[in-house]
Amino acid sequence: MNELKNMIYNCRKATFLIEKKQLAALTLREQLELRIHLTGCSFCRLFQKQSIGINKMVYELFHPAENREIRLDDDYKKKLQERIEEKLDKN
Amino acid sequence: MSIAKSEEILTTAPVTLDPHHWVANHADYLFSYAITRINEEEQARDLVQETFLAALQRIDKFEGRSSERTWLTAILKNKVIDIYRKKSSGLGKNTTSLDTEQQDQDFFDPYDGHWKKTHRPEPFGIDTNDPLMNKELKSILQQCMQKLPALWLSVFAMKHMDEESTELICEELRVTPSNFWVIIHRAKLNLRACLQKNWI
Repeated sequence: MNELKNMIYNCRKATFLIEKKQLAALTLREQLELRIHLTGCSFCRLFQKQSIGINKMVYELFHPAENREIRLDDDYKKKLQERIEEKLDKN
Repeated sequence: MSIAKSEEILTTAPVTLDPHHWVANHADYLFSYAITRINEEEQARDLVQETFLAALQRIDKFEGRSSERTWLTAILKNKVIDIYRKKSSGLGKNTTSLDTEQQDQDFFDPYDGHWKKTHRPEPFGIDTNDPLMNKELKSILQQCMQKLPALWLSVFAMKHMDEESTELICEELRVTPSNFWVIIHRAKLNLRACLQKNWI
């Protein structure tokens, strides 16, 4: 793939820009290229929609408020606090 | 409950540390923070313990500017980054030197950059506002994330979960800015494909 293919047909580049756009600013040229590509490519439009959805899910998934059900077992916690008390006593 | 309490303290009085209740107040939170980022239960537990012990050692350095939990989380976060760094450097150069053209051939035609027929995005066919569906999709997503190469997951996690700056991630994980974007792109292509494969 030596010659630069026209962006209009390049889904690889378009999906790259879709990812970049969600985390950083695209250059004007990149914005234009992406917009043109998306106008004509339903696969990449769907990719964009799903990619945004995935980012949203990832964020929710790892936001502490969502993870209340994850707990350490009580035994381990008890031992852990004992260990802390031990250290506190020493000081 | 305990969260509400600690927030109250934050607004009314200067923050002081209370190691006698650290485990009760913060252990679950710190554990969930760790396990979601490294996904190995034993290692996550160890990290929680190490965090408390490290915190004890620098208890006199706590300035009371942040809440106790924020302070503990910052200590844990550094430990998580250490693990990311170790994991990604341990996996050798194969994952760091990304031959993009080569790897993207899984998804795109090497000649015209089109989606390969077998890898075209298909609708997931769900309403992501449906909480139950959403929950199931998320659990698949979590599994898919664990299939990513360690370095990719580290980059992805630091960016998306912790919203670290690109500069910091590149520095901590020793990737070049251009590799950073390649990794972000590849990680998403793989995650999306994995979701599609396991959901539909």
